[in-house]
Amino acid sequence: MTRHLPWILLALAGAACLGVVASVRGEPVNALWIVAAALCVYLVAYRYYARYIARVVVAVDPARATPAVRRADGLDYVATDRRVLFGHHFAAIAGAGPLVGPVLAAQMGYLPGTLWILAGVVLAGAVQDFMVLFISMRRDGRSLGELIRMEMGAVPGTIALVGAFMIMVIILAVLALIVVRALAESPWGLFTVVATVPLAMVMGGYTRWLRPGAIGEVSVIGVVGLVAAILLGQSVAASASLAPWFTLTPVALCVGLIGYGAVASLLPVWLLLAPRDYLSTFLKIGAIAALAVGIVLLAPPLRMPALTDFAATGRGPVWAGPLFPFLFITIACGAVSGFHALIASGTTPKLIASEGDAAFIGYGAMLMESAVAIMALVAACILDPGIYFAMNAPAAITAGDPATAAAAVTAMGFPVSPETLTETARQVGETTIISRAGGAPTLAVAMAEIFSHAIGGPAMKAFWYHFAILFEALFILTAVDAGTRAGRFMLQDLLALAVPRFGDTRGFVPGLVATLLCVGAWGFFLYQGVTDPLGGVNTLWPLFGISNQMLAAVALLLATVVLFRMKRARYAAVTVLPATWLVLCTGTAGLMKLAHPDPAIGFLAHARRFAVAAARGEVLKPAKTLAEMHRIVLNDRIDAALCALFLAVVAAILVYAVRTCLAVRRLDRPSVSEIPPAGATA
Amino acid sequence: MSALWRRLAQTARLMVGQPDYDAYRRHLAEHHPGREAMTRAQFFREREAARYRGGGGRCC
Repeated sequence: MTRHLPWILLALAGAACLGVVASVRGEPVNALWIVAAALCVYLVAYRYYARYIARVVVAVDPARATPAVRRADGLDYVATDRRVLFGHHFAAIAGAGPLVGPVLAAQMGYLPGTLWILAGVVLAGAVQDFMVLFISMRRDGRSLGELIRMEMGAVPGTIALVGAFMIMVIILAVLALIVVRALAESPWGLFTVVATVPLAMVMGGYTRWLRPGAIGEVSVIGVVGLVAAILLGQSVAASASLAPWFTLTPVALCVGLIGYGAVASLLPVWLLLAPRDYLSTFLKIGAIAALAVGIVLLAPPLRMPALTDFAATGRGPVWAGPLFPFLFITIACGAVSGFHALIASGTTPKLIASEGDAAFIGYGAMLMESAVAIMALVAACILDPGIYFAMNAPAAITAGDPATAAAAVTAMGFPVSPETLTETARQVGETTIISRAGGAPTLAVAMAEIFSHAIGGPAMKAFWYHFAILFEALFILTAVDAGTRAGRFMLQDLLALAVPRFGDTRGFVPGLVATLLCVGAWGFFLYQGVTDPLGGVNTLWPLFGISNQMLAAVALLLATVVLFRMKRARYAAVTVLPATWLVLCTGTAGLMKLAHPDPAIGFLAHARRFAVAAARGEVLKPAKTLAEMHRIVLNDRIDAALCALFLAVVAAILVYAVRTCLAVRRLDRPSVSEIPPAGATA
Repeated sequence: MSALWRRLAQTARLMVGQPDYDAYRRHLAEHHPGREAMTRAQFFREREAARYRGGGGRCC
């Protein structure tokens, strides 16, 4: 009993914090109550639930040799200190996702997002990460596709690969869209981001020829360069001759980004990708840490209401649709993210020193990511709601002008003056902050607010805003570059099933073709999003959420099959419950995006409205010509087809999973394809 | 203190895909004493290329 006492106290403290959040009405709640409640939830969940899953549900065996021990080679397979590996795994799973989703979800108020992030991570997200890590660790660190093939069969394995590739495409498109929304018409922002290209190349040359392996040195050089670029950016934006060069329309930026993606993913990795990876990784960790310290020091009150009307009506300006299911796909990373299944079956399982570490790394790192999501949500909610909605409502609502935007947002019930919007833009060194959807600019304004209180005061706001934009754009561009490469290999694997020649991953022509196909695929969705009058985030983020949660459902179904195969079906509720929830969410959301009669939600209803009008020769806003009308119809239909594809993937995997579970239940002994503990060979 | 610093440096390097060179040398010395080891620079380049061969797993 005494050993449980501190944990009981911790649970009570967490409950008290949530109680404060729940009972304060009508006056702003301090953000620290939410942060403290979240930390208590994480610690208690880790101490009890993670331990229960590790010790009872899957029965990890610390004496059993891990791949890092059995196949040790000093390169891919290295038994690694658990704290070091935790950092590696966390850096790999935490990207833009946990920063963006919660910001978008804030349109419903801070409460729905907070509750979903906490419940989702404990019961679904961290469970998924840990289970996949465990499954892969018992099978020589194989990838998710191979694991599904081993445990469920070749057909579901291939289906999952197709699904994973489409997710990659959507993720790259939506990430690139965030960059476009943040950098369009922003010479300061664009200059600093463009400056990172030559900066990274200098760093690449340094590590290539001057001091190979001196990552610390070169990163210091890089960070100094970044700060110089931000400072220089201010002068560039102020210069009448230089500023126009870096003031691009969203469409021009989109074309540039697609071209960049194609070229960058074909360059040698040491030249651009690897050095920028250092900057983006270290900046990301630093910025997250600084945000945490900043929130604790500043202890800001939440100005967003706990629940906005949009939570009930489902007609919010940032994204359309009712709370269920759309909240649960809007916040993916931070609560549960299927993409992590690819990471947890990547390098991490090959580096685990002991099975006993798996819960700390798999479950623990996901809790940490969830904490990042909570901070992002808090950051969005400490802003004046009027500013939040002016920034995140699409141009179709705000009309892009301070006066019209202020009127539109005030009409939503969040009073704000045009002067406030202009003044906020001026403080962060931008000409406008209106309709900068995508989450990154909102978060940057919030970070500027928090950081400038700690360092520099209001005068430093513009610097901190562009620092935050740079840090987000930097790791998004790194992800676009690395993701295009990953997508290329995935595509080559898939194409090789039909045309074996594509399997040659070292060949120049197959690589080039697959790269261009991959860039073309995400470029298509990016262009569609950029030209979308509703801002694109409206269309693409739900698609991303559906696909990502679908992959999470697939991963949890795999985990269920493995539990059945281990003859541990009596514990299967641990994975069956979150899997069911995710199938419900993605299924409902997918069907609604597909077939909802409201054109604001359903792709086909939207397509129908425009097709009918076009047939009459009528041009509906925002299209300006009949050709644009037809393009909107085509885009809608492609989005609908994609939705249908995601639904088909999750349905197919569900059928295969249930069939496998039923089949192996009849066996009288375990049927897993684990590497047996006795098979210890070097 | 120096152990802590070492571990932090190791963590930072592994975050960008560079495992510990000394551990690699130890592994070779123990298990493959005859095999010639890569130099630190070769090791760095080999790991750098390997990190992105499959795309360099990272999340959204």
